[in-house]
Amino acid sequence: MAQMATLEVWRGDASGGSLRPYRVPFEEGMVLLDVIHVLQATQAGDLAVRWNCKAGKCGSCSAEVNGKPRLMCMTRMSSLDTSVPITIAPLKTFPVLRDLVTDVSFNFEMAKRVPAFKPGPRPPEGYRMMQEDIDRPQEFHKCIECFLCQNVCHVIRDHDENKQHFAGPRLFVRYAALEMHPLDTNDRRALLKDKMGLGMCNITKCCTEVCPENIRITDNAIIPLKERVADEFYDPLKMAWRKVTGKDSKSG
Amino acid sequence: MAEYETHEHEVIVIGAGGAGLRAAIEASAQGANTALICKSLLGKAHTVMAEGGIAAALGNVWPEDNWKVHFRDTMRGGKLLNHWRMAQLHAQEAPARVLELEEWGALFDRTKDGRILQRDFGGHRYARLAHVGDRTGLEMIRTLQQHAVHKGITVYMECTLVGLLKDGDRIAGAFGYWRESGKFVVYKAKAVILATGGIGKAWEFTSNSWEYTGDGVAMAMEAGADLIDMECYQFHPTGMVWPHSVRGILVTEGVRGDGGVLRNSQGRRFMFDYIPEFFKKETADTEAEADRWYEDKKNNRRPPELLPRDEVARAINAEVKAGRGSPHGGVFLDIATRRDAETIKRRLPSMYHQFKELADVDITTTPMEIGPTAHYMNGGVRVDGEGSATAVPGLFAAGEVAGGLHGANRLGGNSLSDLLVFGRRAGLAAAEYARGARSPTLDTARLDTLAKETLAPFDAGGTENPYTLHQELQKTMQSDVGIIRVQSELDRAVAKIAELRQRLKRVRVEGHRQFNPGWHLALDLRSLLICAEAVARAASERKESRGGHAREDFPKPDPKFAKVNMVVRRRGDGLTVTQEPIAEMPAELKSLLEG
Repeated sequence: MAQMATLEVWRGDASGGSLRPYRVPFEEGMVLLDVIHVLQATQAGDLAVRWNCKAGKCGSCSAEVNGKPRLMCMTRMSSLDTSVPITIAPLKTFPVLRDLVTDVSFNFEMAKRVPAFKPGPRPPEGYRMMQEDIDRPQEFHKCIECFLCQNVCHVIRDHDENKQHFAGPRLFVRYAALEMHPLDTNDRRALLKDKMGLGMCNITKCCTEVCPENIRITDNAIIPLKERVADEFYDPLKMAWRKVTGKDSKSG
Repeated sequence: MAEYETHEHEVIVIGAGGAGLRAAIEASAQGANTALICKSLLGKAHTVMAEGGIAAALGNVWPEDNWKVHFRDTMRGGKLLNHWRMAQLHAQEAPARVLELEEWGALFDRTKDGRILQRDFGGHRYARLAHVGDRTGLEMIRTLQQHAVHKGITVYMECTLVGLLKDGDRIAGAFGYWRESGKFVVYKAKAVILATGGIGKAWEFTSNSWEYTGDGVAMAMEAGADLIDMECYQFHPTGMVWPHSVRGILVTEGVRGDGGVLRNSQGRRFMFDYIPEFFKKETADTEAEADRWYEDKKNNRRPPELLPRDEVARAINAEVKAGRGSPHGGVFLDIATRRDAETIKRRLPSMYHQFKELADVDITTTPMEIGPTAHYMNGGVRVDGEGSATAVPGLFAAGEVAGGLHGANRLGGNSLSDLLVFGRRAGLAAAEYARGARSPTLDTARLDTLAKETLAPFDAGGTENPYTLHQELQKTMQSDVGIIRVQSELDRAVAKIAELRQRLKRVRVEGHRQFNPGWHLALDLRSLLICAEAVARAASERKESRGGHAREDFPKPDPKFAKVNMVVRRRGDGLTVTQEPIAEMPAELKSLLEG
């Protein structure tokens, strides 16, 4: 038996827009993205929305549902109160292109600036890594790039100007994955400190809360990165050494 | 004159899943100015959905494994319809491609001594799949994506191509539009690599996303390339069946590889009732032997749950038809009683998550309800075995869009390795071709025609809704060109597809050109209808059952069809299907098939 929901969907583009109400039928077991598809097929053929896998694996259908950022494909209708209208708006941190589609190119630009993975030479018998040494970076590799963490991070959510020099939680997870990769030989700590704004994160854990992959972004990625940076640049002994010799501790 | 922006590259790669990324990386490494063009954002292609692993005879878990065994398994799984040279190269080169991913940063699960762990999968004699839990595709696409980005390859995202361009007989580029703005774009290129994936959106219950509308298949055929084995479409045995709205979403074969079994409503492990003659010698006939096999592969034969996918999908279909299905029209996939909760969560984290979130089912305590789902195009654009060249000079194809490697049925895990092996080979061959080719000249009249056709759905006067046409196509393919086919239904499907092609000419979309999904679907449908017709027509011609193609009216394999491919070509406005002989396999490869 079909039930009815009222969806208030943000329609518009870069020049402006507003929430528009639609009455849409839905069935048991449906997720919000299904209802959006019903809406597209029957009432709003040109409603712009990104989606791909519909199984929580590609991170394309992010939106703000009743003000809360989430994946529409993993939001079951039974988890929402359908006796009142459900609002669906585009991610706030990124510029709107049309309807629920935003310009997320910031994230791709920041990804270009990550110094590449650089393994040591391959031994003749191949690389060996122990499972316990890769458990943590494997946690980071679960990231589906839905950018919900970037969206809720208050460093950039309400301060567009910070995007120039703040990589954001998604990228910190990527930096952490590289820094903790057993085979990697690059050092990205100075970059994190000077250009990527690691210090601007004041660990409110908003990113961790919205991560659909349950990656413990703050505790397992950002805080350890902060510790590595502090260890390298703010260790009193190392600071004194640098002052005396004029060299950094590594090359020194 | 249509307005469009033009970009010129030596090589363009269409599609940014595993094959497209690997092809672009290789073409670029060979020094060709290369660009990658994709319909979605980078990193969202369907490779991300691949779960189980990459098949490669690394021999880390079973030292007995080698390329010869992998070759044999692949050929037997494909019921010997495979392009044997592709199967040989694939088996030989897959291990190097996996190790290369590791060198680019991928973190596969490890053996106790720190090497890449390998898991069991259907049709593979040894545990062969390099994997990361059940999210191997994500690891692969992210590794390739980041590598491509670091190499500075130009990427054009959210751009759909609708037609290939030619200069005389050879390729000259492609024409399309930006999804975001709806504006036209022309890519001028000496070589084009198609890596556009499959056609899964032709069916109602599918594991595929909106992107899999066969654009590459349709564009290639229009440009003069051949299609082969289109009738052998793969239905994956295990898709979700409940809730209805998630029906078709993939449940990895890794569940069975890790010990999961299939049961009917009476609790019987029914796969023991469906062991075909062809696989009898290597399949266990008691539960006790099947269960011992996971630990001791030398003295026991494999469980029938790990027969190739076509066999398992048909068996499930038959159980449901016989009234022994689960409440929602599937059967039960049980790992809860077979492995402890901790193992299940560690080995299959995303399956655990998926069922918990979407179906309120805890797979560590409750069996899953599953049934077959449209999954993979075993056939596709015909390519040469070496470098993925098509019949059109300058046009290459790799990955799911290309046919040949998998024959009548693909083994699980052989897709990710296919993407890597033939993505690389296509990149190499395209770069080499481009080195010797002069810059092409574009045919402006053709550009104007393409522009006009692309805007046609906005023309006033149309009445057909693209979403409705799509749903009707999906229902037809589901009921009439599904797992089991029969002549009368295939004829009905061909007639229905012809009707839909007529109605598509009267399609009408609302709104304007900026990010308009209704318009995009109207354009994608043209490709999808061509692909659907190719499948139905080829299925009509193959009057036997083999691999992914099963006929109720011809239930057995027929030796007459064992040595031929069904080849689909464009002739004027229509398609033709011809039977063409498969090249004779060299004796040294033939000898590997036994034993």
